[in-house]
Amino acid sequence: MSYKEKIARRAAAEVQPGAIINLGIGIPTLIADFLPDDASVLIHSENGILGMGLRCRRGMEDRNLIDAGGNYVTLNTGASFFDSALSFALVRGGRLDIAFIGTLEVSHTGDLANWIIPGKYSPGIGGGMELAQKARRLVVTTTHTTRSGKPKILEQCRLPLTARGCVNTIITELAVIDVTTDGLVLREIAAETDIDTVMERTEARLVIPSPPPIHF
Amino acid sequence: MTINKIKPLQTCLESVTDGTTIMVGGFGVPGTPFALIDRLLETGCRELTIIKNEANEDGMGISKVIEAGRVRKLITSHLGLNATVIGMMNRGELEVEFYPQGILAEKIRAGGAGLYGIVTDIGIDTLLAEKKERINLQGRSLIIEPALRADIALVHAAAADHYGNLIYEKSARNFNPLMATAAGNVIVETEKLLSPGQLVPDQIHTPAAFVDSIVQLESLGSEYGILEQHVL
Repeated sequence: MSYKEKIARRAAAEVQPGAIINLGIGIPTLIADFLPDDASVLIHSENGILGMGLRCRRGMEDRNLIDAGGNYVTLNTGASFFDSALSFALVRGGRLDIAFIGTLEVSHTGDLANWIIPGKYSPGIGGGMELAQKARRLVVTTTHTTRSGKPKILEQCRLPLTARGCVNTIITELAVIDVTTDGLVLREIAAETDIDTVMERTEARLVIPSPPPIHF
Repeated sequence: MTINKIKPLQTCLESVTDGTTIMVGGFGVPGTPFALIDRLLETGCRELTIIKNEANEDGMGISKVIEAGRVRKLITSHLGLNATVIGMMNRGELEVEFYPQGILAEKIRAGGAGLYGIVTDIGIDTLLAEKKERINLQGRSLIIEPALRADIALVHAAAADHYGNLIYEKSARNFNPLMATAAGNVIVETEKLLSPGQLVPDQIHTPAAFVDSIVQLESLGSEYGILEQHVL
């Protein structure tokens, strides 16, 4: 299993039966593969689907049925279609239980920065700001560090923010971290790592709970 | 005499001139009116303002009109799947105005509903909030987003009748019904043309009042098909 699949598998365990969830582009998309296949969760897609299923098998594509990233998908029982205004009424109106989202940076107070690197990367906003600000729970799924090994979990974000204080939980290949009023609490660590390694790769200060974090 | 809004593809865009503001439906391939976009390209009109969720992918749909240098300004949400248009934006060849996707939708919905704007806290702590007009409401300082309307809306429907009643299919609905309310001249291409009475009134997504012209598609070109880069 790749480290991305590992993050996705752990993230899927955060989903309660009956939940309405949204899966962002990248690692969050992989979460669908690890959800129970009993259709007890409804996946929302920004382009106007509730009850989206897994990606479509080759040869079975429907030209009118894609996810927000353009990939061909299937439908689950209980699915519905709607327009783009209603799609975000669902988000802003408080009906989305969990949004899973990727990130460039996240701060110790749950600030999220994932939409722009000025002068380098500015593809636009999409649904990210509304998901970040208005999902009832925002779970960041990300590699713990950048490709060059720099921490992504920072004291303060350096990049322009997507939303302030919006992140509830951070799930990486090394750790599950909750954003709380006491700071970033290290809830779980990966089986093959230890607390020192996680702290070394995290710029923000981590609170070690008692009893200590369990392994996942 | 019954109502009949059917127009030929060749003459349906006669009101487009240089500088026209045009809303274009679609989110990716589903719901993008490719035939009307090709016709728009053939008009040769320039300095257009285009309002569309994204710019399709490189070399497809509205991207062709932008790549041909016909567009002065693009009002959109996300260009992540179109490196060509991002490049044009970065080189200053195209003015781009970004909005959060649902806020773009609501600005259009408000325009279509005869309202002047919406009030929101989306993006309040970000660069987006800079230079935006504010209002104090319910104890908070909030952003005023003006409503959006266009001269023309180009819409893709799965089925229509001669009156201009429309039905969309699956994820091809997206921005189409919103844009169909928010322009002075609403031009619809439809895959199927049904006789009046064949559409079930309870199932119509856009009522005839909003539609000015219907173009029946003879066939669906390759752009409407499956995109190999998104197949497993």
